[in-house]
Order: sequence, then C-alpha cells, then structure tokens
Amino acid sequence: MRRITLWALSTVTVLLLLLSYHTSTSSRTSLGAESSEVAQGAPDDVGGSSSGGSSSGGSSSGGSSSTATGDVTQTRWGPVQVEITVADGEVTAVDVLQQPDGNGRDQQINAYAIPVLKQETLSAQSADVDMVSGATVTSDGYVQSLQSALDKAGL
Amino acid sequence: MTTADVVHPAVTAAAAHPGHAGGTARRVEHVMGMPISLALRGRHAQGPRADAAWAAALAELRRADAIFSTYRADSWVSRLARADARLGDAPPVVTEVLAIAEEARRQSDGAFDVRRPGPWRRTVLDPSGVVKGWAVDRAARAFDDLEGTDVCLSAGGDMVCRTRAVGSRGWRIGVEAPHHPGRLVAVVPVRDGAVATSGLAHRRGHLVDPRTGLVPTALASVTVVGPDLVWADIDATAAFVLGADALRWLRTRCCRTGLVVDRDGRSHLF
Repeated sequence: MRRITLWALSTVTVLLLLLSYHTSTSSRTSLGAESSEVAQGAPDDVGGSSSGGSSSGGSSSGGSSSTATGDVTQTRWGPVQVEITVADGEVTAVDVLQQPDGNGRDQQINAYAIPVLKQETLSAQSADVDMVSGATVTSDGYVQSLQSALDKAGL
Repeated sequence: MTTADVVHPAVTAAAAHPGHAGGTARRVEHVMGMPISLALRGRHAQGPRADAAWAAALAELRRADAIFSTYRADSWVSRLARADARLGDAPPVVTEVLAIAEEARRQSDGAFDVRRPGPWRRTVLDPSGVVKGWAVDRAARAFDDLEGTDVCLSAGGDMVCRTRAVGSRGWRIGVEAPHHPGRLVAVVPVRDGAVATSGLAHRRGHLVDPRTGLVPTALASVTVVGPDLVWADIDATAAFVLGADALRWLRTRCCRTGLVVDRDGRSHLF
C-alpha cells in the first residue's frame, strides 16, 4: 500500500522534474544577439515545491500579466492541462493543473518529456538548445540552417 | 534507465552550463546528401575514442547508403526496382528494412508506404523513409562504448540522443517553426530517445501521399519523440500524410509524444 503510494509519488515527481527541466537553464543570460527574447525566469514554477524559489513572479517592470488555461491534452501518460501566465509578451509561468497519475510509463517519462511549447517563436540562442529538429535539411540547404549555426558555434 | 538516473533539480541547477563554451564537441559530415551532425559531451567528448566512434558511425551510414540509395544505380534497391536482382540475393538488411516498411504501411493504413505512384503509372520503390531512421539508430550504437559521454547524432534534423554523463542535464532539442525557418516553436528535453520532424520546409516537395501521389497540405509539420528513430520518423511521415487525422492517429501510438503544427501555425501537443 505504502509502496504503491511512494511509486505513484515518484512517478509524479519524475514528470514534474521533466516539465521543469528548463527551469534551471532558462534564466541564464543569452549569449546571442537577441537577448531581449530570453524569457526571464520563463516557465518556472512547475511543481514549485521541487524547484525552490526560482520564480520571480512575473513582476517585470510596467507589464500587465494574464493567464490562459490550455485545453486538456491527452498524452501517452494521461491527460495534461497547463495554465500559462504571460507578462509583456513573455511566458513567465506554467502551472500544471492536471497531470497523469502514473500508469507504468515512468521509464518513457524519464527518457524524454512532453515538448514545451513557446508562446512566441524563439531563436536557438535564447531557447538554449543543443540541436534542432526540422523538416529534412539537405546538404544543399544546410548552410542556411539553424543546425549549421549551432554546429559552427561548437567548432 | 532507472529512476536513479533522474537528475535532481539541485544537481541540474548546480551543473555548469555546457553550452557552446564548455564541453559540447561538435562535428559535421555530409552523407546520403544530408548533413550529419554530432554533439558529444562528457568524458569522451573529444579524443581518439570519440574520433574512432565517429568514423564507425559514418561508415555505417555510408554502408546503408550504398545498399539503399535510390540515387545510385548500383545500389541493391535500384537493382531490385529494375528487377535486376532478386530479393533473395540481397543482403539480409534489405529484407529487414522492407519488413519494417510493410509493418509501417499496415499500422498507418497505407499513409506510409515505400511504394508510391510514379510517372507513367509505374510504382516507385523508395525505402528512404525507413532507411534514414534505421541507419541512424544503427550508427548511434557506435557511441555505446563511450562511457560517461552524452551523444546526440542528427541526420538532417532527425536525431538519436543518449545521456550517460554523470549529472547531465540531458539534451535540449529545439523544434523549428515551419512557418518561420530559423526560429523555434517548442523545446523537447530528451535524455534517451529520438526526435523526428516531417514537413515541407526544406524538402523540395519530396513528401507525397503514397495513396494519391499528391503533396499533403493540411499540416505544416509533425514532430514525434519516441524510443527509436526509425519509428519516430515513420510516425512523423505517416502523420504528416494523414493531415486532419494526424492527432487522432498519433494518440493511438504507444510511447510517443510530440507536436503537430497545422497549416495555420497552431501547435497541438500529443
């Protein structure tokens, strides 16, 4: 009985960790030219209990903030519903209103997470990504591609 | 993986940012007409063992190209298509790939098919929709021996990711915005798995509905995250062809997540 509870809890924790994955990375200062695009302390606060007091509360200067509740989305692991807080055109918080209760898929949840949608499109620098997935890039089109920019940055 | 591999938030927060400056070693080569990008992080990110694994991965991709390329007249696939060779004479991997293709056709009700209508009412055999993912899955195994090293191997925007470095934050994969190439519409955290995106953005109208020969128009792109690249890629292609029915079909598929961007630029998670 207790084991079941613990198991369920750990599954939820894993999900929260993954949902809050970029929490700890997104507040970094961008090296790129478009630093104004960096979502300051962006989708933080997911399962706030685990990620400490990193939410700056969307109190950016002179901004109005609003929240929007997404539809319940069916995922592999059950229904997920999130609420997004937007201030000055940036997502400042994502709250998970509904999440799967764990159905034995914790290995998959552990291995990869549900994509995190961006309110506005982002540059690769401000999103701080390692690789880019897009419709097939041919060798001809590679020079202009985002992946090419990332590859160069690392050479 | 076990739950013990989950990175504790404190560890993630404390970990140095590997970013561009520290720790991510990158390499690029062109094989099969596609850029092959490699990112390594951790103990063997650089050095002779990384070099050897990279060489082995590229050799694997070139072997697959020699067997399966539809652009090379001497490939087994070209010879089979011309009835110049019999399946029984081809290497066993040809049968393996065609079996996966048949399974994919069945599971997608024909939305995915390596045989599609060609000119003059002939049927064209083009297994590249299976071969790419299949070959990259195999090539990525070349890095299995690099203990303590994170790997991300991408072929033209479809990739396999592995996380082995202690305290690693895993890989962050940006999903390109189909209507704004060069910008991102989502970010997927991947520790162990594959990401594939199908769409028309860079593709020169290459993707057609095998049932009609027409270019699908309902969606802008489909991104599938799953355990392996061969099926992530197959599912992304099939879903793109299914169009309006893509989300419903994707939600019947086991162990995948991802997103669909429709023609109007709206994103839908599954």
